[in-house]
Amino acid sequence: MSASLFVVQLFNGLQLGLLLFLVAAGLTLVFGVMDFINLAHGVQYMLGAYLAVMAYGFTGNFFLSVLLALLASLLFGLVLELLVFRHLYGRDHLEQVLATFGIIMLLNQGVKLLWGAAPLNMPIPDLLSGSVPLLEGLRYPVYRFAIIGAGVLVAAGLYLFVTSTRVGMLVRAGATNAAMVSALGVDIKRLFTVVFGFGAMLAGFAGVMVAPILSVEPGMGDQILILAFVVIVIGGIGSIRGAFLAAVLVGVIDTLGRSFTTDVLRFFLSPTTARVIGPALASMSIYLLMAVVLAIRPAGLFPAKGRA
Amino acid sequence: MPGARRGNPVAAPSGPRALSFDQRLAAGLFVLLALLPLLSRGIASSYLLLVGERLVIFAIAALSLELLIGAGGLVSFGHAAFLGIGAYAAGIVASHGHGSLAIALPAALAASAAFALMTGAIAVRTRGVYFIMITLAFAQMAFFIATSLAPYGGDDGLTWPTRTQVLGRPILKDQLTFFYVCLTLLIATYLGVGRLIASRFGRVLRGLKDNETRMQAIGFRPYFYRLTAYVIAGTLCGLAGFLLGNQAEFVSPAYMHWQRSGELIIMVLLGGTGTLYGPMLGALALLLLEEALSRLTEHWKVMLGPALVLIALFASGGIAGAIAAWRRRRRTPARLAHTLPRVARHLFGVGLKASRCWRREGRRLLLRPAHRLRRGAQAARAACEPAKTALGRALEALPPLAERAVKTTVVRWWRR
Repeated sequence: MSASLFVVQLFNGLQLGLLLFLVAAGLTLVFGVMDFINLAHGVQYMLGAYLAVMAYGFTGNFFLSVLLALLASLLFGLVLELLVFRHLYGRDHLEQVLATFGIIMLLNQGVKLLWGAAPLNMPIPDLLSGSVPLLEGLRYPVYRFAIIGAGVLVAAGLYLFVTSTRVGMLVRAGATNAAMVSALGVDIKRLFTVVFGFGAMLAGFAGVMVAPILSVEPGMGDQILILAFVVIVIGGIGSIRGAFLAAVLVGVIDTLGRSFTTDVLRFFLSPTTARVIGPALASMSIYLLMAVVLAIRPAGLFPAKGRA
Repeated sequence: MPGARRGNPVAAPSGPRALSFDQRLAAGLFVLLALLPLLSRGIASSYLLLVGERLVIFAIAALSLELLIGAGGLVSFGHAAFLGIGAYAAGIVASHGHGSLAIALPAALAASAAFALMTGAIAVRTRGVYFIMITLAFAQMAFFIATSLAPYGGDDGLTWPTRTQVLGRPILKDQLTFFYVCLTLLIATYLGVGRLIASRFGRVLRGLKDNETRMQAIGFRPYFYRLTAYVIAGTLCGLAGFLLGNQAEFVSPAYMHWQRSGELIIMVLLGGTGTLYGPMLGALALLLLEEALSRLTEHWKVMLGPALVLIALFASGGIAGAIAAWRRRRRTPARLAHTLPRVARHLFGVGLKASRCWRREGRRLLLRPAHRLRRGAQAARAACEPAKTALGRALEALPPLAERAVKTTVVRWWRR
């Protein structure tokens, strides 16, 4: 358990946290503003990655393909909203779960049908390849720094957008009390569409960013979807600030837990027991965190809804 | 009237108890299932029986979830965890050489009940979306615990040494016996859950779903009622898991995968909440649909997915809702009963005319080809005429229904 490994894992955790934030931000807004459970959000992340790979195949240019994939994700999100989700606002959560579960099935299998079940890869662009020295004898890939940087930039931009623009103000108001906003003469449906498309684009962006470092495969969105749900539940539904803090927390705890739980347990338990319990405890750690948070604060850390 | 207040609002009136429509439907379903082995004698016997066992077992699981969703309004997104826990508990006990019913079944039930009690104690404090998410989180925990159970197979799953033995004998090994045991348990579950929902406890639970504040105001504590319902449902689902493990003589973490929980919810929704036959029908429908589609193509999910979306959009009551709507609109079958004989009579008339025409003209037609063509065309037109009117009349009688159905659907779609 050397210090350099710890630093590396800390950065990895931060990177995972920021990616989670990109996915969770859209999810928490859709959840908070429209009271809509979008299980299909993880699929949009997956689709972002696939679109990036496809665009890269066409253009051969990383940055151009990122741009194309973003536009395509946005478009796809809007189409989904228009065709399906628009008709489910204000309906029972159960029906939303049913419909979005159906979309997960369709898209996961559709992706398999179109691109095959084998994982795809996307090369890291030359500009961002290589690594930089961090400490003595410790180098960290530039691309991962780029992900962290992009995540921080988007988070900051989102924060500015939500706190100091008119649309952002409406989004916050909508998350607190959508009916009241509608009564004040705001076209809430259009606001929903904008938020939804935007959320889909953010999830797609996260997918695009990880395309070069993870294998792009069907079902890659499912795992991150559940993590994102954990994040927004811990952070408090509808709260961007809560989502950011919870995402970083979850990312860091998950990553550090996976690398160090077994070692830490060895201080207290016999090596064999530690080896058995360690991995289980590590994969459970964030769910434990969530259970503890919900047991203490049933509405998350920063609940956005006004208490009735 | 003494004792009137204890009268049961759901059960049928007293006297020689008449079965309600719902109960008759469920009874019909059970009879059909019970007849399944007869059918399977003829065709691919054991395969059909295997499918039947799965149907029955998942119907039990769906019923237990219905107790939570339909009666309690508690949408559990982690119900599959109990399937896995029931199967794992019995399997682990069996792998230590205690594969008898007297030990394995209580172990499965106790393990699921304990898990339900522990997680429910926290989960039931939350509401709505938070409840959905926290049950999901607990199921994920159970999933990861199962994957790390290295002594019991870990990721690969645990193969049971044997099916559960009854009094030291492998009675359940026989397919037919096992099927009927499952079916009996399903019927028992159906009756039990039905009684539970109709009881005072069930009424409190439903009251809490409708208006928690009011129930609190008249002195009920939501927490304990909900927790009890959660534990009962979890235990029942553990029973289903025990059966599922017995059927496969195997259990793996995949039993607890979150998509499996999603499938359980889909079964309940597809069938329609608020009734007991609904979830059972939903389990049947989903499993049969999967079975049929997966034979059609490897990519059956591409078809099932959109079907689920359409159901969510247009048929939100599920199968039970459709049946209820059909029962409300008695006019539809009445009209059909009116129309069908008329259509049949017309078609019969057409056939009669055509045959007479043929007998009159047939020989001449055969003799002279040119003439034959002309006369043939004439005869055909003549034969067509009554068919056309028959069709017209039939269409006249049918369309208001179809038209209205289409119109309302389209209008609803666009108004939304």
